[in-house]
Amino acid sequence: MPLSDYFPFLPPKGTGFVTPEGRPVHAIVAEFDTPAAVYKAAERIRDAGMRKWDVHSPFPIHGIEDAMGVRPTFLPRLVAAMGFAGAGLALTMQWWMNYIDFPMVVQGKSLNAWEPFMPVIFELGVLLAAFTSLLGMLALNGLPRWHHPLFSKDQFLEVSDDRFFICIEARDPQFDPMRTKALLEQVGGTNIDLVED
Amino acid sequence: MSTLDPDKATAEQLAAGRIAPGPDVELGLADASLVDDPARRAPLVLNNRSFHEVTDIISGYTENKPGKWWWPVFGFTATVAGVGVLMILYLIFTGVGVWGLNNQVDWAWDITNFVFWIGIGHAGTLISAILCLFKQKWRTAINRSAEAMTIFAVICAGLFPAIHVGRIWFIWFVFPIPTYNYIWPNFRSPLLWDVFAVSTYFTVSLMFWYMGMIPDLAMLRDRAAKRLKHSPGVPRALPMLSIRADTIRLWVYGVLSVGWRFSSRHWHRYEKAYLILAGLATPLVLSVHSIVSMDFATAVLPGWHTTIFPPYFVAGAIFGGFAMVLFLLIPARELYPNMKDFITHRHLENMAKILLVTGSMVGFSYTMEFFIAWYSGNEYELFAFKNRATGPYWWAYWTMISCNVLSPQLFWIKRCRQHAGWVFLVALLVTIGMWFERFVIIVTSLHRAFLPGEWGMFFPTPVDILTFTGSCGIFLTLFLLFMRYLPIFAVAELKAVMPQADPHHHGDEDAGGPEPAAAKEPA
Repeated sequence: MPLSDYFPFLPPKGTGFVTPEGRPVHAIVAEFDTPAAVYKAAERIRDAGMRKWDVHSPFPIHGIEDAMGVRPTFLPRLVAAMGFAGAGLALTMQWWMNYIDFPMVVQGKSLNAWEPFMPVIFELGVLLAAFTSLLGMLALNGLPRWHHPLFSKDQFLEVSDDRFFICIEARDPQFDPMRTKALLEQVGGTNIDLVED
Repeated sequence: MSTLDPDKATAEQLAAGRIAPGPDVELGLADASLVDDPARRAPLVLNNRSFHEVTDIISGYTENKPGKWWWPVFGFTATVAGVGVLMILYLIFTGVGVWGLNNQVDWAWDITNFVFWIGIGHAGTLISAILCLFKQKWRTAINRSAEAMTIFAVICAGLFPAIHVGRIWFIWFVFPIPTYNYIWPNFRSPLLWDVFAVSTYFTVSLMFWYMGMIPDLAMLRDRAAKRLKHSPGVPRALPMLSIRADTIRLWVYGVLSVGWRFSSRHWHRYEKAYLILAGLATPLVLSVHSIVSMDFATAVLPGWHTTIFPPYFVAGAIFGGFAMVLFLLIPARELYPNMKDFITHRHLENMAKILLVTGSMVGFSYTMEFFIAWYSGNEYELFAFKNRATGPYWWAYWTMISCNVLSPQLFWIKRCRQHAGWVFLVALLVTIGMWFERFVIIVTSLHRAFLPGEWGMFFPTPVDILTFTGSCGIFLTLFLLFMRYLPIFAVAELKAVMPQADPHHHGDEDAGGPEPAAAKEPA
């Protein structure tokens, strides 16, 4: 995720490719009709060794991670770490408040008994883990963001309805306007078009 | 055709238009979702809809003007909600004495309403989290509205403990905030656990609901953008300011959908995060009502001091929550065009079965409480239960038994659980019965405590009644606003469970060529 996405005043790192009008090229996008078509095309683009590319679909296509060669996300480990951190924080907080700073005897129970602290430990662990899974998911996805070059394509507005797209970015080391276009034609894409940055 | 693969068989039959209504058509209500053939999987979306039709129909619920029923219904619920808000303000300005509480019964409708609403809130998380972990695909048609219902029910629930403290401006004492008086909250009290459990539950439910909505909000955003680009003559929301309704939609849905662009790399993390949230919400939902039950179970009062309370409360919460989901969705599917294609009779039947199961669990708990009261040999406990069934509040007890234990037994009869009218009736009875359950637990135990000097009765005041009615108004008003302005269905999830969403499915739209049998199966 380039920093210039978030800070528009930073100069974007050019890819060297420009349209006939002189605008920098962001990507080439191709359209597909069915999940099956885009799934098969994704397998072939993965096998062609592309790196900076993506499949856009109105819903998560089952098994598309394997067709694209996406590695499993780091998110679960992050969530687990934050969950345990939340639980530890809760234990420390309760123990310090009710045992160290202001010892309070309730129903004659031992001051440092851990059992009554369990519910809050659990709740705060879950709370931190849940925040991490939502915000972590967005952060790893580079969201939120105001704009993306793809949104300027009229055809791309159909992705939330029933269209499927493959987008190969100009940042990809193998990117070449003519050859990439030919590849997308070969795998069955239609309405192949350049996306300006 | 291989009958060993029900998904594929159903897809092929759907494509060929060969799926016909099941045999139970004499009521005129059965639909094609009620197939009894185990070799065919019941379709989750009826009438062989395409992705585009699904998008159009569901976006239409928020984009088109609502039916004629909407304004009268909304006006009524908003008025009731307004009365509720006035009652709450009256209580805050005057004091809790405006309720019928007295020295003997010092918890009554306030805590009854709290437990009632928080229980209703449990169905949403159950549908979205537990059914998600069990891979119950039918949940996709009802999870969004059930989650919305959860949020609104927890809002109503949070209201009552907050206002019942009397001096609400001291409510911040429940939070561990460093103050000049150096006193910390007592973390060994279940009432404090409740604060943490309910606020965590609300926050996590809200995140779950919002996260599920991101792609659907992006869908509404894209549709607004498309209309703005292609049809300049769309109706305007505020003619004097020349702002189009679609401009407002573009901005509001655009901001809320955080720039979602349906990327598969994003979907990958999104699905993982959704699964994690489901895994977190499942123990959470069980813990919340367990902790609510500990508010009672850790007290020494006969009728409260029992170890069965946590599972008993959780079963009751799921029971009451599913009843509320049915109570809201059965009228909705009549009022909104084409909604019956998504909320089919199969959905209603599944939920009716859950009502039957949880209702029987609740009935078992009622019986077991009585049995233990006798078996324990504790005379106070036995008196408390005899008093419930035959004492001054016998009518509340028997209302609870007939609504909660007897009425769901109707669902042993197939015709009843497949008939929307019967399901609605039972859902209504269960909702009433579950309110009475909490009333019975709280008031009948308090009104006959250990000493005869602690004996008394509870009579609600008009403020009690109007505050509870007002909370129902707040709940329904929020739900109607949700139905009007947010995507009612999880559209992306719904599309993903349709047969043509399977990347290995080759229906009629994929014309030409025999099926490549060697299509790579993902690991």
